[in-house]
Parts: sequence; C-alpha cells; structure tokens
Amino acid sequence: MIPVQYFLVLSALLFFIGVYGFISRRNLIAMLISIELVLNAVDINFAAINRLLFPGLNEGFFMTLFSIGVSAAESAVAIAIILNVYRNFKSDTVDSITNLKR
Amino acid sequence: MANIVMFCILAVVILGSAVLCVTTTRIMRAATFMLFVLFGVAGLYFLLDYTFLGAAQISIYAGGVTMIYVFAIQLVSKRTLQGMVERMKGSRVIFGAFMSLVGLATVTFIVLKNKFICMAGQVMDTEVPMAKIGTALVGSEKYQYVLPFEFISVFLLACIIGGLVVARKEE
Repeated sequence: MIPVQYFLVLSALLFFIGVYGFISRRNLIAMLISIELVLNAVDINFAAINRLLFPGLNEGFFMTLFSIGVSAAESAVAIAIILNVYRNFKSDTVDSITNLKR
Repeated sequence: MANIVMFCILAVVILGSAVLCVTTTRIMRAATFMLFVLFGVAGLYFLLDYTFLGAAQISIYAGGVTMIYVFAIQLVSKRTLQGMVERMKGSRVIFGAFMSLVGLATVTFIVLKNKFICMAGQVMDTEVPMAKIGTALVGSEKYQYVLPFEFISVFLLACIIGGLVVARKEE
C-alpha cells in the first residue's frame, strides 16, 4: 500500500507548479491551464485522503466527482469569455484588458 | 511493491509534464502537456481503486475540457500554428518561483509534521463497488448525494446557456 504522504507531497508539488504558472504567464489560456493543474492537485488530495485514511466512507470520492464537473463547466464559460475578449481587444494577454467595456 | 513502482512512474509523468506545461512558451504544447497530466491523474485514481473516478476523469477532462482548449487556441490565436511564442518577463518568473517555493515548503512541512498520516490503515486492493456509488449518488438519505447531483445538472445547464450568450457574436 502506498503511504498517504506520497500523495500529499505529489499534490502539493502539482499545486505549486500550477501557482507558478498562474503567476508567471500572461496569456489567458495558459493561465486557465495552470488553474486546471491546481484543481487536479486538489482532486488528488480528496481522493487519496478518502481512500487511504477513511476507506469506509465516500465523501472525498463524491467531492472529487463534483469538482471535476464544476471545473468542466468553469472552463467552458472561461473559454467563452476569452473568445469574446479576443474579438473585442484583438489580443489574448491579460495586460491588454484595461476596461470592462471597449 | 508494484503499487509503489506504478506510483513513481505516474508521479514522474505528472510532475514532468506539469513543469513542461508551465514553462513552455507555446500554448499548443502547454495544452498537450496538460493532457498528459490529466492522464497521469486518472492513473492515480485507478491506482487508488477508484475506477469510476478514473473513467470520469478521462472522459470529462481528457475528452471534453482538452478539446475545448484546443478549439479555443485554434480560434483565438491564428499564429499558434506557426508557433506563437509568449515572452516571459524575468522579474515575474523570479517572483512566481519564489512564491511557489515558499508555499511549497510551508505546505510540505505542515503535511509531514501532522499526526493524521499515522492513522493510515491497511486497505484491501478491491474496487469500490459500482452499486454503492450509484445508490449513494441518487439516494436522499444521510451520506447520499441527490441534492448536489441535481444541483450540478442545473449548474451545467446554466453554464451552457451562459457560455453561448457570452460567446455569441453581437450584431
């Protein structure tokens, strides 16, 4: 059986790789990809803690399942907003968006 | 033992792809490396015997979300096909690396010092039965999840409509 701290350290590494990407990138889609990495790290934590520490329960399992669904919906809306930003500002970096309205 | 070996392979794949994903300057490559990260995380779920979760991860994330990203990249930046390059500013990279390392050190210290990891019991290598998942997902008793299930379906519908309205071309 794999010790639970392996999973926790792996997900901490993945989380902060995502945070680094979110800080250092300025492209909107690259920032969104970094957010996906962060969400995946959190999902690993939920599943591993549920399975290895409380194997009789199912809370972490369903939390992960709903988190996957919510992040899919979130990325769809974010992509729609990014397409609109590109249409209005002709650019896909966050620095170009200075007003909510053109 | 075999589990540990599989875990190490998956960890190398996940971390390597994640580092390449945030450091590459081309957006299309970043999306491709994100696909590898998602497959690796699905492999972790299979390793934890959460087969349904792994299948959901592959079908929703790797099948759905990555397709949305690829479409958006092709629609947004026409230069991507010729290899659009994003410039990285040095000060921002250093600041980001510093913040990430500080946070990583803090979180790892807290996790490894904590007492709850001693509670880990021995888990049999058995799959979580599908009937248990199904009854818990649509039951209304305690520890059953029909309300979030219905809520997330309404939420997905709202997100579809919202996405269509936002992305619609205005006359």
